[in-house]
Amino acid sequence: MSPAQTSVWIILGYLGLLIALGIYTSRKFKGTASDYFLASRGIGWFLLVMSLFGTTMTAFALIGSTGESFKAGVGVYGMMASSSGIVHSAVFFLVGIKLWAFGARHGYVTQIQFFRDRFESDKLGIILFPVLVGLVIPYLLIGVMGAGVTIENVTGGAFPSLFAGGGVGPTAAKAGAIPYWLGSGGICLVVLVYVFLGGVRGAAWANAFQTLVFIVLGIVTFFVISSELGGMKHATDQVVEMNPHSLRRTVRADDPLTRYNESKKFFDAKLVEWHKQPKSKKGPIPVAPQKPHSMTQLHFLTYLLIPLSVGMFPHLFQHWLTAKSAKSFKPAVILHPLLIMLVWVPCVMLGIWATSAMFGDPPKPVIPWGQGNPNAVLGQMVAVLTKGGGTGILPGLLTAGVLAAIMSSLDSQFLCIGSIFANDIVAHYLGHDRVSDRQKVVYGRVFVILIVVVTYLLSLQRPGSVFTLAVWCFSGFSGLFPLVFASIYWKRVTKAGAYACVIVMAAVWCWLFAQSGYGAKREFLFLGMMPVATILAASTLALIVVSLMTSPPGEKTLAKFFKS
Amino acid sequence: MKKLVYGLIILLAILHQDFWLWDSQYLVFDIVPIGLAYHAGISLAAALLWIAAIKYCWPDDVELLEEEIMHESDAAGGAR
Repeated sequence: MSPAQTSVWIILGYLGLLIALGIYTSRKFKGTASDYFLASRGIGWFLLVMSLFGTTMTAFALIGSTGESFKAGVGVYGMMASSSGIVHSAVFFLVGIKLWAFGARHGYVTQIQFFRDRFESDKLGIILFPVLVGLVIPYLLIGVMGAGVTIENVTGGAFPSLFAGGGVGPTAAKAGAIPYWLGSGGICLVVLVYVFLGGVRGAAWANAFQTLVFIVLGIVTFFVISSELGGMKHATDQVVEMNPHSLRRTVRADDPLTRYNESKKFFDAKLVEWHKQPKSKKGPIPVAPQKPHSMTQLHFLTYLLIPLSVGMFPHLFQHWLTAKSAKSFKPAVILHPLLIMLVWVPCVMLGIWATSAMFGDPPKPVIPWGQGNPNAVLGQMVAVLTKGGGTGILPGLLTAGVLAAIMSSLDSQFLCIGSIFANDIVAHYLGHDRVSDRQKVVYGRVFVILIVVVTYLLSLQRPGSVFTLAVWCFSGFSGLFPLVFASIYWKRVTKAGAYACVIVMAAVWCWLFAQSGYGAKREFLFLGMMPVATILAASTLALIVVSLMTSPPGEKTLAKFFKS
Repeated sequence: MKKLVYGLIILLAILHQDFWLWDSQYLVFDIVPIGLAYHAGISLAAALLWIAAIKYCWPDDVELLEEEIMHESDAAGGAR
């Protein structure tokens, strides 16, 4: 058996283990919709810590952070990780606990139920439904694409008689590699199976298991790769020598910019070759490498607003409601920044090292010059550097770790989309007493399958980088943060203010997304700031101004949510 | 105490904007760039501050509600 085939069997074994876990948790299923969607509100602190962390850490955390630090350097950690340690926990503390309390008191299952009740508006759900589902789809895409790319990169050479490989540019695959379409499709299927079997309890158990797996294997990857690179100091020394700008947030005039210059030479040669090709044989025109540039203060500062998105993630809302008690939140609030650090610091170091890592004799770059796909960096490092032992065991295990991070988010997202559809659309409009628990679960599952098929088809188009997609998706959710915050802490917020907030957020988001060439301009800034700053400012302003211009909510509603 | 804890959290958010390290290439233990080590420190400080927040700023109304729900649950025969 070749090393690549061993890796494939390990990945398959891991996926089989997850299905077995789904079967085990399905035995605890009580058959009610509340149990399927909320685990009967009985999740203890450990599963809550793991599921909240596992859900917020996606392909974005492992693949995206490695890829982005490879591209933009060390500043990525401050922009997304340490900021999340402050903001995520703040949101769990200030928003999550309160929403758990409202959910426990009034029996909410979804976010939309809470907002409908809080704003005394049935139609608010009609507006929120497409907005939330529309924003979850790019989030799903992040996971599905990340899974396909990772599997394809690690399994190169496994089954050359079955898969020919090929392609050009960033989407090129090695001969014998499990193709992107099969890898991403397979992962969707496995997640669907264990979510269908165990509901949110199955997802929480799988999250806990997978979070432990990806933390442990992420750390193992870090040490194995740093050892293969000749030690941490040697790996860093190579960066100092070749690409020192990756170690800071500025680019100096005398920086050697080795990767950029070599990639530029590679690109120029490719371009000459491309021009020589006859028209009928021409593939897509090669993409020029981006010249490194300094990170601006404003860009960094406005990134701090992105993690506010967790306050409006529907799947996180659902996890909050599963908590057995408010006390279950305490360890989650404290441990979250530490767990983020544990996962992100190694990934960012790996991304920085990847810029300058060399191997073999004569030395070749681990990530080839001209590599244009940051999503592939982690997978390539694992594939190139851990095959030294020749068994393929380590690459297989490490890939399982990356997939664990991806699947621990996908499962909650699948489940929450089903829950929203079954509860907020079907049961809400047909009447909760006319739709049985069993029917709710079935409707939820059918809708999830539909969304997964749409997401999968979209993922085959490979729309943009994992990081860019995630940032746009998070920006939309952050733009809705004023809605949830005001609903908890501001008595004067009104139904009209809530509508204005959602509509303005959607309008400004769409407008800015169009300005960015629908995500094509990967480093798009508006007025030098992250688009989220404008979206959030506009939605907050709309919420406040319109609320103050309209009649305050009824006394009954205020008494329900503001018992002093 | 509550105000002090919230004040420290805001201070931490301000310290997050480490403009004084923007151009520094200093390596901690010759390995970790200072821009990364500093922000790892921010993550540690955040965890410590959240311990303080839970101790001094825990919402009392949620505790009361929890007790209320427990009583109701007991009254209903333990079913939730």
